[in-house]
Amino acid sequence: MKYLLLIHLNPTFFETLSQEDRDAVFAGHDELIKLLKETGEMVGFAALADPANTKTVRVRDEAPVITDGPFVEAKEFLAGYYVVECESVERAAELAAMIPDAKYTAIEVRPVMESGGMEM
Amino acid sequence: VTDRRVEDLLRAYAPQVLGVLVRRYGDFSDAEDAVQEALLAAALQWPRDGVPDNPKAWLVTVAGRRLTDHIRSETARRRREDEMAVLDPVETRPEVGDRDDTLTQFFLCCHPALSAPSQVALTLRAVGGLTTAEIAAAFLVPEATMAQRISRAKKSIQGAGFPRPQELDDRMRVVLHVLYLIFNEGYTATSGPQLQRTDLTGEAIRLTRLMYALRPQDGEVAGLLALMLLTDARRSARTGPDGELIPLADQDRSRWNTGAIAEGTAIVERTLSTARLGPYQVQAAIAAVHAEASQAADTDWKQILSLYHLLQRLAPNPVVLLNQAVAEAMVMGPQAGLARLDTLAADDRLAGNHRVDAVRAHLLEMAGDRDGARSAYLAAARRTTSLPEQRYLQQRAAELA
Repeated sequence: MKYLLLIHLNPTFFETLSQEDRDAVFAGHDELIKLLKETGEMVGFAALADPANTKTVRVRDEAPVITDGPFVEAKEFLAGYYVVECESVERAAELAAMIPDAKYTAIEVRPVMESGGMEM
Repeated sequence: VTDRRVEDLLRAYAPQVLGVLVRRYGDFSDAEDAVQEALLAAALQWPRDGVPDNPKAWLVTVAGRRLTDHIRSETARRRREDEMAVLDPVETRPEVGDRDDTLTQFFLCCHPALSAPSQVALTLRAVGGLTTAEIAAAFLVPEATMAQRISRAKKSIQGAGFPRPQELDDRMRVVLHVLYLIFNEGYTATSGPQLQRTDLTGEAIRLTRLMYALRPQDGEVAGLLALMLLTDARRSARTGPDGELIPLADQDRSRWNTGAIAEGTAIVERTLSTARLGPYQVQAAIAAVHAEASQAADTDWKQILSLYHLLQRLAPNPVVLLNQAVAEAMVMGPQAGLARLDTLAADDRLAGNHRVDAVRAHLLEMAGDRDGARSAYLAAARRTTSLPEQRYLQQRAAELA
C-alpha cells in the first residue's frame, strides 16, 4: 500500500531555528532518504519551493485564470512530501515520525488510492 | 523466431538454469544476477541469430561465465584488499532434476524471513524470469526501489537451504499465498494505464501450472490453479468499456471464457474427490458453482452457502463471513444476511472495512430500504482506498437517490 507523507510547515519557521537545528533537519532528511532507498520503500519525494512562488490556476468559462499565490489562505503550507510503499499504516506512521520536521510541526499520513478493485 | 516465443522459452528455463548455477557455485544471490544477465543476452541474440540447439546449456554456459568472471573479480578485489586469496570457485555436485531445482527456487523465494512484497518480487524474478524493470512497472514503483527490494531480499536469505521436512507444509502455504497475491494484483487491475498489470494474472497462472506439474498430488495447488482459472475466466466481463467494475450479477456471461471454466471445473472436481480438502479447493468450488449458472438467477446459492460454511470451518476468516452473509441473504432473504452482518460488526478484524458497508448496502437494497442502502453505499465509498470500487459504490448510491 502506498502512503503520502505530507509535511505542513510555516514557511518562516526555518528562519527561527538555529544553524545547528537547521543542519539537523537536512541531515535527518538525508538519513531518511537513505533508509527508504535501502529498505525498498521509497516511491518518491520532493521539497517544495516557498509559497510565494505559487501560482493558482482555475478554469472559468472554459478559460484558465491564473493568479499569483496559494489557493488556501493559511499560516502552514505544504513544504514537502514523501511517497512510500509499506506493509501497514503503522509502518507508514513510523516512517512519518522519522521525518525531522515532525519534531516542530505535524506530518499527515494519507493512503494513496489504488487503481485496482474487486467486483462486488 | 518471434520475440514472444523466445521470451516464453527463456522464462521456462529461468528457474532450471538458476538451479544448476546455485548447485555448482553455491551462491543464490550472485547466481540469480548471472542468470538475469544471461536471459537478457539471449533475449537480444536469439531473435536475431536463432535459438541454439540446446538452449538450456547455452544459458548455463553464459550465466556460468558471468558468474565466474564476477567471482574472479571479487577474488582479485579481496586479494588486493587483504592479500588473502580464499575463493575456490567451482564445486561440482551431481545434478539432480530440474523439477527439484524449480521447487527449491520457489521455496527459497518464499522464505518466511521475507516480507510478502519481497517474496512476490523475488519469485517473479528468480522463478518467473521477469526483469526488475517489468516487475517495477507491474507494481507501479520506481525500478531502483524494486531493485533494492530484490537485492535486500536476496541478502536476507543468503545461506538458506531447502526447508526441513517438517517445514514443508508451511512453506507450501507461503508459496501458494505468494502466487495468489501475484494473481490478485493483476486481476484487480482495471483498464487504462494499468493494462500491463493484467499480465501478472497470466504469470501467476503460468507459475501455478508449473507448481501443479511439480506437485500434482497436492490438492491445494490444484485448488489454487482452478480458482485462478475460474476467476480469470470472468476477466473481460468484469469491467465496462471505461474500466468501471461490473458486479458478478450484472456481468454479460456470454463473455466468460468457457475454455478456462471447463478446465478449472474439471480440475476442482477431480481434486475434490481425491485430495485432502483445503480452502483453495473450496473457493474454487464456489467459483465453479457461479460459473455453471448461465444467468445470475440460476445460481445455486444453497450449494454456495454450504461451501461457505465449509470454508469457514477450514479457514475461519471474517471476509469469508461477509460473503457468507450475502449467500444467506440469497437463500433465506435479506433479513437473515443483515442479522449475520450485525454479529460481524463487533469483529475487530473488520473494523473500518468498507466491505461491511458495501454488503450492508447491497442487502438493504434487496430489502427495499433505499435510503438505508444509499447511505451505506456512500459510507463504503468514503472508506475504500480503491478508485474503481469508489466509483462503483458512488454510482450505486446515485441510482438510489
